[in-house]
Amino acid sequence: MSAFVDIHDVTHVYARVEDGLPAVQNLNLKVNEGEFAAIVGPSGCGKSTLMKLATGLQFPREGTVIVDGREVGAPVKLAGMAFQNPTMLPWRTTRDNILLPLEIVEPHRSRLRRHKAEYVAKAERLLAQVGLKGQGDKFPWQLSGGMQQRASLCRALIHEPKLLMLDEPFGALDSFTREELWCVMHDLHAAQKVTIILVTHDLREAAFLSDRIFCMSARPGRIVAEREVEFPRPRDIEITYTPEFSSLVHELRSHIAQARQAA
Amino acid sequence: MKTKNKLALAPWVFTIAFFALWEIFCHVLKISSFILPAPSTILWAVWEYRNQLAYHAMHTLWMTLAGFGLAVGFGLLLGMVLGSSRLINAGTYPLLVGFNSIPKVAVVPILVFWFGVGWVPPVMTAFLISFFPIVVNVATGIATVEPEMEDVLRALGASKRDIVFKVGVPRAMPYFFGSLKVAITLAYVGSVIGEQNASNVGIGNLLTRASAAFEVPLVWAALVVLAVLGVIMYAITAYAERSMTGWAQRSQMAA
Repeated sequence: MSAFVDIHDVTHVYARVEDGLPAVQNLNLKVNEGEFAAIVGPSGCGKSTLMKLATGLQFPREGTVIVDGREVGAPVKLAGMAFQNPTMLPWRTTRDNILLPLEIVEPHRSRLRRHKAEYVAKAERLLAQVGLKGQGDKFPWQLSGGMQQRASLCRALIHEPKLLMLDEPFGALDSFTREELWCVMHDLHAAQKVTIILVTHDLREAAFLSDRIFCMSARPGRIVAEREVEFPRPRDIEITYTPEFSSLVHELRSHIAQARQAA
Repeated sequence: MKTKNKLALAPWVFTIAFFALWEIFCHVLKISSFILPAPSTILWAVWEYRNQLAYHAMHTLWMTLAGFGLAVGFGLLLGMVLGSSRLINAGTYPLLVGFNSIPKVAVVPILVFWFGVGWVPPVMTAFLISFFPIVVNVATGIATVEPEMEDVLRALGASKRDIVFKVGVPRAMPYFFGSLKVAITLAYVGSVIGEQNASNVGIGNLLTRASAAFEVPLVWAALVVLAVLGVIMYAITAYAERSMTGWAQRSQMAA
């Protein structure tokens, strides 16, 4: 089976960087369809660059990026994104924020006005799935940080993307809320069968959620280790307290430590 | 008394106290009404000249609103263009700043060459003096869209235009309405300058004629009418700001 996201030997230098040092160099990474991949690494290792490359917001200086069988030459349009900052628009209600991607992406864009009720029902279903039932009428600034992040996940999923890119989406939350949202994310992945790439600092998060973990080196970023995660699905948060889980996290930690030392 | 009530009363108390002190000051020091008329004298003059003042004030109001309306339309449009294109922004900025630095009273003669004396120069002066803050504010609002938000939309295949209209423009609205308060005041200054130099009606023109004839109470009465009109127009824009962009004023500081 050929990979859904195939980043092959990619080197990328930002045009505005003064020292000319690449953000990523000879980067190789393959993620299968429906897989939940996590990318971990020291800060500033080019994880965000990887996100931009995979969604077609940036094009590589060298190498190729293939998503869904096609080489990326423009924004891929089949991606949903969520960031550490929920970036909800304060003048729209939470529901209207979630519906925003549908105002952009075809075929929804031209259908939205006439089939509004159908889409609103869909947004409500997603809201219920992430534990925000009945909160759609509130403005995002009336919600807590964790609730905003849940809404941001709904927005990333409303147009049924084939690829979901998450850039440290739970980074700014307290540890209880974070674990809650891991479970939400876990269930969403199970329900939607979407391919997910999660960029994170949190090794436990990567180990709990993903099927495959890539460790990146410090800038210029490369993949220094790839590790499959064999815990059976569905997973319960309790597995994070098992010895197998701890040893996996420990192993990842040593990869990151080496990557930091090499820099 | 509660702090809230005190706050509501404070503007009235201070305003009345200001005029009362002025009145007392004039009477105690026996200041000639040629130098500084007492508020009672000015009020009397306002009453005496009420028809004349109302007629000219209406004219000034129209000039101001017409110039202001033009400035809003043009300012929004140019602000949107500048906010969405870094190239055009960088290219035209020196021109805009240079143009804005010219005192608009110096432009009035040129307007008279072009359009003659009449309603056009005051409207044009009001427009020219007031569009700049609108342009700068709208452009800033649009140009400072969060990069993450832009990424979210671009990854969905949004065009530059989509991003400007879905995010940039609504996001710029608080800046826009904030700038309206500045712009309406400036437009007002512009129309009065225009009327003083190139019109046969309007408060500005009335001021010029009254001061030439040394009709001091009328000059002061005209100033009072200007102040009242200015406060009313400011209040209307401030009200529009509050009702249009309530989402932006949720901070405790604004409450």
